[in-house]
Amino acid sequence: MIGKILKKFDDKFLTPEPRSDKTFAVSALFDTPDQIIHAAEGVSGAGYKKFDVLTPYAVHGLDGAMKMRETKIGWVGLFAGMSGTSLAFLMMWWMVGVNYKNVFGGKPFFNIPPSIPIAFELTVLIASLTLVGALIAIFNKLPANANPLMDTEFMKHVTSDKFGVYIEASDPKYKYEEVRALFTSLGASNISDINYVQFDEGKTKNPLTDMRFMGTVAGIGVMTIIASYFVLNVLLFLPPFSWMHHQPKVLPQSTSEFFKDGRSMRNPVEGTVARGFMPYEFKGMPDSLITSAPNPLPVTKETLELGKRKFDTYCSPCHGYFGKGDSRLRGQFPPGLTLHSEKVRNWKDGNIYHVITNGQNSMPSYERQVSRDERWAIIHYIRVLQRSQNAPDSDVEGK
Amino acid sequence: MDNTIKKLPGSVYKTGGIMLAFGVIILLAAFVFTPQRAFFDYLWIYLFLVSIGVGSLALVALEYLVGATWSTPFRRITENLASLIPVLIILVIPLFFGLHDLFHWTHSEAVEQDAILKGKSSYLNIQFFALRTGFCLLLWFLFYTLITRNSQRQDIDGDVKYTRSNITLSTIFTPFFVISITVTAIDWAMSLEPHWYSTMFGVYYFAGSVVAAFSATTITSVRLKAGGCLDPRINKDSFYSLGTLIFGFNIFWAYIAFSQFLLIWYADLPEETFWMIHRWEGSWKFVSISLLFFHFIIPFLILVGRNAKTNLGLLRIMAPWMLCAHALDLYWLIFPTLFKGGASFGWQELSFPLIVIGLTMVVFKYSADKKNLIPVKDPKLQAGLDFHL
Repeated sequence: MIGKILKKFDDKFLTPEPRSDKTFAVSALFDTPDQIIHAAEGVSGAGYKKFDVLTPYAVHGLDGAMKMRETKIGWVGLFAGMSGTSLAFLMMWWMVGVNYKNVFGGKPFFNIPPSIPIAFELTVLIASLTLVGALIAIFNKLPANANPLMDTEFMKHVTSDKFGVYIEASDPKYKYEEVRALFTSLGASNISDINYVQFDEGKTKNPLTDMRFMGTVAGIGVMTIIASYFVLNVLLFLPPFSWMHHQPKVLPQSTSEFFKDGRSMRNPVEGTVARGFMPYEFKGMPDSLITSAPNPLPVTKETLELGKRKFDTYCSPCHGYFGKGDSRLRGQFPPGLTLHSEKVRNWKDGNIYHVITNGQNSMPSYERQVSRDERWAIIHYIRVLQRSQNAPDSDVEGK
Repeated sequence: MDNTIKKLPGSVYKTGGIMLAFGVIILLAAFVFTPQRAFFDYLWIYLFLVSIGVGSLALVALEYLVGATWSTPFRRITENLASLIPVLIILVIPLFFGLHDLFHWTHSEAVEQDAILKGKSSYLNIQFFALRTGFCLLLWFLFYTLITRNSQRQDIDGDVKYTRSNITLSTIFTPFFVISITVTAIDWAMSLEPHWYSTMFGVYYFAGSVVAAFSATTITSVRLKAGGCLDPRINKDSFYSLGTLIFGFNIFWAYIAFSQFLLIWYADLPEETFWMIHRWEGSWKFVSISLLFFHFIIPFLILVGRNAKTNLGLLRIMAPWMLCAHALDLYWLIFPTLFKGGASFGWQELSFPLIVIGLTMVVFKYSADKKNLIPVKDPKLQAGLDFHL
């Protein structure tokens, strides 16, 4: 049933290309592997060079019977493979070592070991693609559409149940009658001529430019694009493929059926303290009530650099880079006060801490932006600024 | 059998016997002066002989299993190499006297204080260890006896039933071989460092063993052919497959070795990396690097071409080369436990080549004298002799 349909399809669409009168080769079919080895010996012994033997499976000993010279195709594979290896190392070096550096487990950016699997894959890939390309170029005789052997009864048999040999007409010793006689004497079960396809002689249009063929290729292309689009953008979002996508978990900004108020985002329980956070005990109290705490951070280069960084980010917009109250906001916001006034210079560290945490007058609380340690680091830096702007005479050397 | 084929000369006994005697003397001296080191040398010898003997039996089983014909003319040589297996049963006994010198986990007071070793003690204890070793050796001996007996009986009447019976035996043996070689590798080589583990260790030793077994068959065949002891109908096309399989399994070894290294390197877990770090300390670094070149890169480049595999002069160099590489591989596996921080090669280690080569020669000659060097009535023999590329 299916075979019949395929045959109909074959007859309707896959008609053989019209052949010309010019002979490409004379072919012969043999029934057993022993016969084909004998035939190969006979043909090579008669001095023919441009001939080939085709068998459905590898027959041991054919190379010797055909007097084949060693093929050079291995060097093509070697060269292509080595290009693949170098290309892989170059690619890995460029990607992870130069263009997009990422730290993985504290290892150097570019490493040999993880590049080796990629180098192996690319070696195999480029070598095999090149060899397949070489096969198409050499066997199919580019730019011809196909080897004239293709689509003949001879080819059908040597790929399934018979052993075949053919001698090309371009062989210097080729004489039509002699070749046929040779095949007969070797015991061929079938001898047939293989002619060139008409197109290859330039007599007819290239069948590849046939409108029906081009239309079919284009149609298949469009259908593939549509199918891919449908699969990737529609099908994957339908059940059952969407089951993994829809999970009974809470997503941010979504409604909840579980809670009465319908909100999925919940506030933490009253009194929750975040990790690494200490509540400020004098929150909202006036200055007079606080007991001043000493600055817990040591004065080190790291502390001062942290303080400078945070001061420049959060304090300098109003107080200025040097704490002189020269706002960088050019009057868009009430300028901050100078940090070099007598009052601020005499304040204990705890007072400044209180102001940063609590806010004062038009200055808001910076509790959320600046962490506890960062606040103490800023205070150290403010002390540095104060000292730099109000240096006593004793600081000058040699006085 | 053809009259032109010579028997193995008696000088094989003489040369092998002298080498073996010198090797044993050196080893005995080592036992007197440096007992612990001598036990490590002895373990090295034992594991190498397991590689050749058991690996060869696996090759014989493989031939029956896949129905190969090219290897039939070589099969007797492989069988003779597998006759090391009965010797292994005797050879293993002295190792049990050195368990305390070899294996840290045999010290019960050390295990008591070590949570990891305690957790492994249900597997790593001396009773179970001895049981496993005994099981493996008996298994090898059983299948060695059955398979070679069938093969030898076929020489008389050429009955196909022996081939059929051996196919069945090989089918049963192959999975047991894989298990037993894995157990041997884990017990005798990996448990030298009982805190370390690698799930690929068994297949790593297996890959090296198969290369060693193929190389041993190849060098023996090449030398026997040169000496006129082999059927002259065996041509160089038949050696092509031996060369190809050495080459192929060597790549397999490299693949396994690299996979094991890459997984440890990537995960970077301290309980795994220390094993590799031991092999990178001091002069071990050069042993590790030379293993890479000696075992894989240089043989790969030499053997990659098609003609290299039919070049008997080249195989005569490359087969011993691969055996040396396998010896280096086992040295690299075993000895870092003893020599921490740097490799060492002293007069004690000279016992290794002398005993391994000498013993193999003596056992081979002893086994070869009792039978034909070619399975004369094997139904596949003619196809094997007619083999052409």
